Amino acid sequence: MGIIASISGIVVLAIFIGFVIYMGIQRLSWDFIVQLPSRFAEESGIYTAWMGTVWIMVFTTLISFPLGVGAGIYLEEYARQNRWSMFLEINISNLASVPSIIYGLLGLGVFVRMMQMGNSILAGALTLSLLILPIIIVSTREAIKAVPSSIRDASNALGASKWQTIWHQILPASFGGILTGVILALSRAIGETAPLIVVGALVYVPFAPQNPLDEFTVLPVQIYNWVSRPQEEFIINAAAAIIVLLGITFIMNGIAVYLRNKWQSKMEW
Amino acid sequence: MDSEITSQQPKTSQVETKPKLNPNNRSFKLQAKNVDVFYDDFQAIKDISLDIVENSITAFIGPSGCGKSTFLRLFNRMNDNIDGFQMNGEIRIDNKNIYDESIKVEELRKRVGMVFQKPNPFPKSIYENVAYGLRIQGVKDEDYIENRVIESLKQATLYSEIEDSLDKQALALSGGQQQRLCIARALAVKPSVILMDEPTSALDPISSGKIEDLIHELKKEFTIVIVTHNMQQAARVSDNTAFLYMGNLVEYGDTQKIFTNPKKDRTQNYITGRFG
Repeated sequence: MGIIASISGIVVLAIFIGFVIYMGIQRLSWDFIVQLPSRFAEESGIYTAWMGTVWIMVFTTLISFPLGVGAGIYLEEYARQNRWSMFLEINISNLASVPSIIYGLLGLGVFVRMMQMGNSILAGALTLSLLILPIIIVSTREAIKAVPSSIRDASNALGASKWQTIWHQILPASFGGILTGVILALSRAIGETAPLIVVGALVYVPFAPQNPLDEFTVLPVQIYNWVSRPQEEFIINAAAAIIVLLGITFIMNGIAVYLRNKWQSKMEW
Repeated sequence: MDSEITSQQPKTSQVETKPKLNPNNRSFKLQAKNVDVFYDDFQAIKDISLDIVENSITAFIGPSGCGKSTFLRLFNRMNDNIDGFQMNGEIRIDNKNIYDESIKVEELRKRVGMVFQKPNPFPKSIYENVAYGLRIQGVKDEDYIENRVIESLKQATLYSEIEDSLDKQALALSGGQQQRLCIARALAVKPSVILMDEPTSALDPISSGKIEDLIHELKKEFTIVIVTHNMQQAARVSDNTAFLYMGNLVEYGDTQKIFTNPKKDRTQNYITGRFG
């Protein structure tokens, strides 16, 4: 049963992807990637969209990586086991399953309005960071837990301080796992549409962003906009943009798999 | 039970508690005074007092769960991080209570090295494994580090086997070599005491034999305490033996006497294999 279910899932997915590629491949060209959007489908490109995606992803990484990994280290190594840490633990797991649009509303309320960042890249990146922080924290903790305690003992017995043991032994040994979690979280963030629409990603941006307080659009929002147009040509544009987005996501997942394999083979105890 | 043994003082003349080497000539390196250890409600060590002479080898024997590993790990405070750990009494090294608030655990562990049951080299090169203790102390002088690494590897009788491959992954070594590497790693920071927690239990007989020879050699410079399951090993390597049972120190004294003429029935039964 399980095999039939997963095969049918894969087949349906393959049909969808095949269909998208079949539709979009004719539109895919260098011009499509470097042109600004336009109200004429044939002249439209995704330049502002993927530039926005790059900006958003860079800032999301800068915010969520140190915060998430730091929180994971703290919870795993320093936090006392008591009711408070149990409460935190359960809530972090719960946060990972909150619908993304809720994060969008939170971002709109806190970053866009209260902190008056406007519909900026910074507000978008902060919102996406909140969205993926739980995933990064959980995967960091799992990676740290997987380091054998004998390594910790050996380091402590030589007179290493707690931080020295974490820095010289625990983190290098768990870094492959941490990185895998971070990349998978980022590849989820890159496809998110709903929270960015709520935060105010624009549908039509005639310029590439210059600084983090600029307004922006991203690939998924651009796609969402195009598929909702009645004209056939815009649907084709959307298919082509989907190919680009899928390509980026596959590459990121590929890097994650590669890093995991590379670090695992190095770390055999 | 056995309270007249466990509460003994160093100067009393009970035969079974007197260490082999004359305490008047050499100082006590390690001393336990009325030590109790609790893990939450469970009492793992019951009022143990015992003195260990400098440059001697002392073996802790006893059935599984008797508290010998817990007792060993008191001497470098490795129990401190275990949940629910609580201790009464004093552990003294060079006549200083190491559980005193003024003692820094990191400093203590630089003077008291430890070798574990399962070889646990770091996933780094052989060289970096031995250098690690010096590096975390902040030693920057590469020449000094290299000297210490080579000296320690020689002292651990490993150098001749891996002379040309110091950059090799430590995890690629055999189990016995890994364990000698772990000993070299402990020696590099120049401790005065070495604790060994069943150091040969994961090794084959030939590798075990090499480690035992090595322990004999190290006695000249270090005070060694070894926990072992292996009765023959205790008889072969140690000067003094302590037999622990259910958290009590049943008998402590000259290894030869304990193995040939134990004072207590329980010791007799254990070393002849009738229980445990």
